[in-house]
Amino acid sequence: MDSALSHSQSFEVKNLSCIRDDRILFEGLNFKISNHQVLLLEGKNGCGKTSLLRIICGFREQDAGEMFWCDTSINESEYYSDMAYVGHLDGVKKELTVLENLKMSLALGQSGNYSIEQALDKVLLAGYDDSLVQSLSAGQKRRLSLARLLITKNSLWVLDEPFTSIDKEGIKLIESLMHEHITDGGMIILTSHHDLVLHEADVQKINLSLCH
Amino acid sequence: MSTVILQTISLYMSIIPAPIVRFYHNTASPPYFYNLSNKLLPWLTVIFLLLLGYGLYGGLYLAPTDYQQGDSYRIIYVHVPAAWMSLFIYVIMAIAGAIALIWRMKIANVVLISSAPIGASFTFIALVTGSLWGKPMWGTWWVWDARLTSELILLFLYLGIISLYGAIEDKRTASKAVAILALVGVVNIPIIHYSVQWWNTLHQGPTVTKMDKPSIHLDMLVPLLVMATAFKLYYAIAMLQVAKIEILKREKNTQWVKQLVETADE
Amino acid sequence: MSLIAAFFAVIRRDLTLAFRRRAEIANPIFFFILVVTLFPLGVGANPKLLQAIAPGIIWVSALLAVMLSLDSLFRSDFDDGSLEQMLLSSHPLTVLVFAKIIAHWLVTGLPLLIVAPLLAVFLGLPEQALGTLLITLVLATPVLSLIGSIGVSLTIGLRGGGMILSLLVLPLYVPVLIFASNAVEMAGNGLAVDAQINILIAIFFTSVVLAPLPAAAAIKMSVD
Repeated sequence: MDSALSHSQSFEVKNLSCIRDDRILFEGLNFKISNHQVLLLEGKNGCGKTSLLRIICGFREQDAGEMFWCDTSINESEYYSDMAYVGHLDGVKKELTVLENLKMSLALGQSGNYSIEQALDKVLLAGYDDSLVQSLSAGQKRRLSLARLLITKNSLWVLDEPFTSIDKEGIKLIESLMHEHITDGGMIILTSHHDLVLHEADVQKINLSLCH
Repeated sequence: MSTVILQTISLYMSIIPAPIVRFYHNTASPPYFYNLSNKLLPWLTVIFLLLLGYGLYGGLYLAPTDYQQGDSYRIIYVHVPAAWMSLFIYVIMAIAGAIALIWRMKIANVVLISSAPIGASFTFIALVTGSLWGKPMWGTWWVWDARLTSELILLFLYLGIISLYGAIEDKRTASKAVAILALVGVVNIPIIHYSVQWWNTLHQGPTVTKMDKPSIHLDMLVPLLVMATAFKLYYAIAMLQVAKIEILKREKNTQWVKQLVETADE
Repeated sequence: MSLIAAFFAVIRRDLTLAFRRRAEIANPIFFFILVVTLFPLGVGANPKLLQAIAPGIIWVSALLAVMLSLDSLFRSDFDDGSLEQMLLSSHPLTVLVFAKIIAHWLVTGLPLLIVAPLLAVFLGLPEQALGTLLITLVLATPVLSLIGSIGVSLTIGLRGGGMILSLLVLPLYVPVLIFASNAVEMAGNGLAVDAQINILIAIFFTSVVLAPLPAAAAIKMSVD
């Protein structure tokens, strides 16, 4: 499971601004995140955290500014093969089994550090291979979407409130997954209300309420 | 693939002389476009009124009475230019949509959405005048001939754009959506037109429709072309006026608009 | 995985999903049968009249049935976030969308191919036209799915998108309607239909090449 990255990667944002419903959510936003780093977005609800994440994922176009992956403009780089996203929606089909869902996720990307069985084991869903997703609890569905992060090749994780719908055991699990990813050279951008416990991690914090 | 398209377009565009290119880039700036419109509008209005006057005089008074149709043919002086405009404006909208999608010019989006109601109105006028023409000619208020049916479908295409724009709340997203729709529509218009014409020749039988291509005398043709030009000017005037308002709406948080409002209040 | 593998994986996934939601598949077909039945009730059961307008009835009803089924193309993926995941894939969205359209046609267009000739016989369509009817259905129903995908991807995020969808899509369906129903009518009269079939083939290939691109672009815009 050699996952050490042979070259350094970075995700950078310059002068980013987002306007929603005639309100400027944030403007002039700059940050850069490289291997082994975590970026935590804070701010009260409605201040633009989710909008920023959606801009980072390419779902929403920014109103100004540019984004760079490994110092090249996002659109000209291999950005999308190196990142993964878990947002508010689980991104899984409830009429398919756990295994079928993960196979589909694998088809959409390139295979990463974990095989499907190993990933299911890691997120404590071993043995649920053939269960239909609609029979899983909310916490289990969350963990399934996290398994997606493990089976595909990616350096940057973009997570929107990953700790919602998760029980205490799940919280420890996510923190350990994040820790492992960071140690292996990955990067994480996330929003969270939960107090992050990431020892020895290089955590930048940005409070979006202050970015007007 | 989009880079190949861009490179080809850039190649052709390198032939265009520099001042024109500079002018084009300048119009991309909302304040420049706004001020330019203000300067142009009085001139356009004057020329429009002159041409309209001459066109109507020539068409309604000077042109000779038609041998077959009497005086009722004179409605072509409104019907035909309106139909030409309905197609012309849609093409302009499609070009504006392409510019907006490829070069992300905000003004192109404004031109597109400002032109839509005007184009729809011209289409409607073409339909109504066509119908009015049909009554003395065929005795019925509607006739399913190729041009009228095509115009009807074109009206739906316009209404689709207007409805879609209104239905999407975020106007930036809405602008992108109608740009895509306009491009899809413009590709389909020749196909629709051809298929309706084909359908018409099957079902109309031997009756010749005088609406399509009247063999036209020069005395009748000149006022027609004048009216067509007048209608183009009218489109420019109406579109610029709607565009001005649309620009103010979209840019209401910027410095230059706020200054404009302040000076207007005085 | 490679693009080809992803392409077939998407088709397989959508077919599996359709199979697991079996009840929903039948709805467009029931609608189709119902609408066709309404016509004799509305215009009277005069066999000569029905025979004359049979091609038109079949094709208008097929158009409406396909249009009704379009929402299922992206609705489920949009609602549960799977569409977002497809957008994030390194594979071009155009190809993935094309795969979804193929699966959609297999589930909604293919049943039409089986039911429509049956109904045509009930409307009195001459037997010699049935072959042409099948050919037009094979050529034109995929076009309906392809053009429809553009409309549905533009309106997927809207409340009440269904009504606007019909306004957007039906005008674009007009050429298909004209050539397909005319081909069947001419075939019923024993006339040659080469021109119409050739045009339908041209429209088919044009749609295959040109339709997935704006549909993918519209999805990117709708996901915001």
